[in-house]
Amino acid sequence: MTVPLTQCLLRLIDENYTLTDYQSDIAPRWCTGCGDNSILTAVQRLCRDEQLPPEKTVVVSGIGCSSRFPHYMNAYGFHGLHGRALPVAEGIKLRRPDLHVFVTTGDGDCCSIGAAHWIHAIRYNMDMTVLLHDNEVYGLTKMQASPTSPRGLKSNTTPRGALLDPLNPLTVTLGVPNVSFVAQAVDWIPEVLFNIIAQAYRHKGFSFVRVLQRCPEFMDHRFDPWVQDPSKMRLLVHADGVQLKPDISRIYRNQETHDPTDLHRAREVASLTEEIPVGVLYRNSAVPCYEDLREGERPNTPGLIRTVLNEEFDKVTIWPEDGGATAPAE
Amino acid sequence: MTTDLYQEMDKTRARRTRSGTSASGPASTVAQTAGVKSAPKPAVSLKEHIVEIVSDSGEGAQRCGQSFGAVAARIGNGIWTVEIIPAEIQPPARSIAGASGNRVRLASHRVTNGGDEADLVVAFNEQVLLSRVRAGEIKPNGIVLLENKWRNDGNAAIAASYAQVCEELSSAGYRLYEIPMEEECVKYVPDPRRGKNMFALGMLCSIYSLDLDLAREQVRFVFRKKDEKVIDLNLELLAAGHAWADANLDLKFVIPAVRPREPQVVMNGNTALALGVVASGMEVCAMYPITPATSASHYLSDIFEKVGCVVHQAEDEIAACTFAIGASYAGKCAVTITSGPGLSLKQEALGLAVMSEIPLVVVNVQRGGPSTGQPTKVEQGDLLAACFGGHGDAPKVVMAASSIEDCFYSIVMARKIAETFNMVVVVLSDASLATAQQPFPRPHFNEDWLAPPINQSPVPDGAKPYDWDSRTGLASRFIPGQPNGMHCLTGLAHDRDSHVAYDPEVNQEGIRHRSLKLAALQKTLKAPTLYGDSEGDLLLVGWGSTRGAIEEAVERLRAEDLRVSSMHLKFLQPMASGIRELLQRFEKVMAIENNWCDSLDDELIAEDNRRYSNLAWLLRARYLVDVDCWGEVRGQPLKPGAIVRAARRKLEQR
Repeated sequence: MTVPLTQCLLRLIDENYTLTDYQSDIAPRWCTGCGDNSILTAVQRLCRDEQLPPEKTVVVSGIGCSSRFPHYMNAYGFHGLHGRALPVAEGIKLRRPDLHVFVTTGDGDCCSIGAAHWIHAIRYNMDMTVLLHDNEVYGLTKMQASPTSPRGLKSNTTPRGALLDPLNPLTVTLGVPNVSFVAQAVDWIPEVLFNIIAQAYRHKGFSFVRVLQRCPEFMDHRFDPWVQDPSKMRLLVHADGVQLKPDISRIYRNQETHDPTDLHRAREVASLTEEIPVGVLYRNSAVPCYEDLREGERPNTPGLIRTVLNEEFDKVTIWPEDGGATAPAE
Repeated sequence: MTTDLYQEMDKTRARRTRSGTSASGPASTVAQTAGVKSAPKPAVSLKEHIVEIVSDSGEGAQRCGQSFGAVAARIGNGIWTVEIIPAEIQPPARSIAGASGNRVRLASHRVTNGGDEADLVVAFNEQVLLSRVRAGEIKPNGIVLLENKWRNDGNAAIAASYAQVCEELSSAGYRLYEIPMEEECVKYVPDPRRGKNMFALGMLCSIYSLDLDLAREQVRFVFRKKDEKVIDLNLELLAAGHAWADANLDLKFVIPAVRPREPQVVMNGNTALALGVVASGMEVCAMYPITPATSASHYLSDIFEKVGCVVHQAEDEIAACTFAIGASYAGKCAVTITSGPGLSLKQEALGLAVMSEIPLVVVNVQRGGPSTGQPTKVEQGDLLAACFGGHGDAPKVVMAASSIEDCFYSIVMARKIAETFNMVVVVLSDASLATAQQPFPRPHFNEDWLAPPINQSPVPDGAKPYDWDSRTGLASRFIPGQPNGMHCLTGLAHDRDSHVAYDPEVNQEGIRHRSLKLAALQKTLKAPTLYGDSEGDLLLVGWGSTRGAIEEAVERLRAEDLRVSSMHLKFLQPMASGIRELLQRFEKVMAIENNWCDSLDDELIAEDNRRYSNLAWLLRARYLVDVDCWGEVRGQPLKPGAIVRAARRKLEQR
């Protein structure tokens, strides 16, 4: 049967997702100037570019400002428990590798209450895109120091200044065996943010992107030195990493050609303190994904279940007429 | 019996050190001396016996006991085995705390519990024996078969301790047989510590007149993963033990067996749980290692991949629960298996599953609590935590397995309820069921047990993710992949569109509908049947693993013409209709549980401050009936004898 050309065209239009197809009917309620907005836009743009069917896309989050993210996506969203986005996403991906899984999490959600899951999620290396919205402060609970807050930060729980050095999510991630993709982006260079999220999505494995984002409410001016002085931003460029468009390249002249397979250099770059590195720090496509390692060879059919149950029962069955041919009980 | 005689006997290597009568059988025949073949001894016929085998950890008493029970089951004896487990993997040798082994209750009828005190015990040293004696687990005039190598131990302290225990037990009335187990075993195997257990199995087969060929098959099966040499060696030891006991012991019993008409399977409760998971069609089990639940996951790990499914060992209990929730959300209902402390850790996640109406099966193999408590010991202390453990109003289904067979079917039923009502179903088992073995009719797999394939068809226009039915509270469930069903599931209060809502009406409505689902389920439950007459002076009420012991107690009490019946609850939340009427037919009602309740005998305890046992709280609150309670938290399964005594006291109270 042939399909008339007009119908084909109509179907194409129908199947061609546009940006609005990924926008939910709820308008984002983040503060004006919050970095979350630019991350949302980048993800929606990615979904459009990759033409991800919304019903095949799942966005999982924990609790915090950034974890409201799934409410603003027209996709399947899972806004669960504080700190537990990653294991939920793992459970989804394990049974449904056909779904595109995104995780949005904050610095408190991922690096504090959910830290154990974060470390192990890196090890599992399941195919998902993980966006760490790092504004270095607890926002939803109104201004407490987070594990990534700079030392000295005055907050409601550290009125005389935070006492400890912050945890560095990049070096921590790069220190875990099976790490397969680590990148850093900043909300104030949206073009590069989008580019990095796209590379993260295309990497098969646990793609970890830390996005430094401004919190105008509680951490206003925190990143001003870097926002105002592009030379303090170090852009990591590479044929297998970020490639800058000329207009961006003209502004951000502090560039380093960094090979994302170089783990040693990635760790050095991740440790920079004066400058903020932006780009793909590390990528290793050879690390196996847990869902592939656990993939059953045989489908779970009623017939198979019957066979396996009978095999197991046979091992422990006492038959009415014991001919000696049956297996003894365990 | 004097010490002199012991020494005398030691010289002549006679094994029998004391004459006497067993409670279960008449006086035995004359003692035999080693090396002299005797004519076949007449076997004393018994209705039942309780046998214990105890050793240091790693000496194989557990394997011996399990094999013994399995052989008895194969000839058609009713059996119930109870594991005697030390808390440590390698406890110090020859220590009271280190006793490891098995109790096997075998009978000519069906057995539903481990019974009271043991009639016969095989012990590999006097310390592990002492631990059982001190715990009151051995009948005062019970038969004791004790490894005698310690009598001449090079360490004077050990030899003295051994001699002292022997003397103590003999004068206390135990029928002590000192057995040269190692001396005999060393003829076959260089390290008799490994292999002595098969010698002991041989002895037990002789004593209880069990078919040696069946025992041989059992040994071959137990060692099937070892090479032929190991199997042959163990078979030799088995035969040696059998021949030695035939020649040297005056103990010969037979417990008449009736071969079952239907095929029976023999397994423990954790194996039954694992097979139930397979039979229910669940595809993901997420767990974190915890005693005594782990062996269910071990077994499942072994077989689950054969049906294309996964046991995921998560990084912690919370991850195990949330992983299972994720798997359930995007696919078929998943299961997480844990024990008490794990249930506490999962509570927040269970609240999320309740709030967002994701089906989930949670298995709690209870152990002694609170805190780390008694990891290897039984307790039924988690009922209220299972019902009410989380914050806020989080209605979940709570059911309890009451036998090994029930462990299997409970999981099948739990999965079905979870997916029909989109609810969390907690299945309670415990350390007693986990390790006890009992035969039950071989299940016939039914495809109706399985979940249907997940729905991936488009959601009709206008359908809402929480289209709560105003009568039953039931709502449909949209599964990722279903076109047109996109919504954001949330643990926040939400409306029918799954939109976050703090509107007073919306929260009221959401909680009402989630609560109604329990009522809808309750309407489908049948009232429990009573064990015994339908009215009388005393009704004992229980749940979970205590069923066999309670019903045996009721039988004994009824044999004394006492008007006692019992009721056992499978569903603890919700409870079936008709229970109040049943309670009211009895003069007195008493909950019998393996958990704590204050005793009115304590000076400070009165009606207005007494803490009741778990189920008693629930029954009193719901039915306004004056339910008394009795329970123990000794880490042991409740014994029928203890229940009989508690019931008699209750009947005597005015």
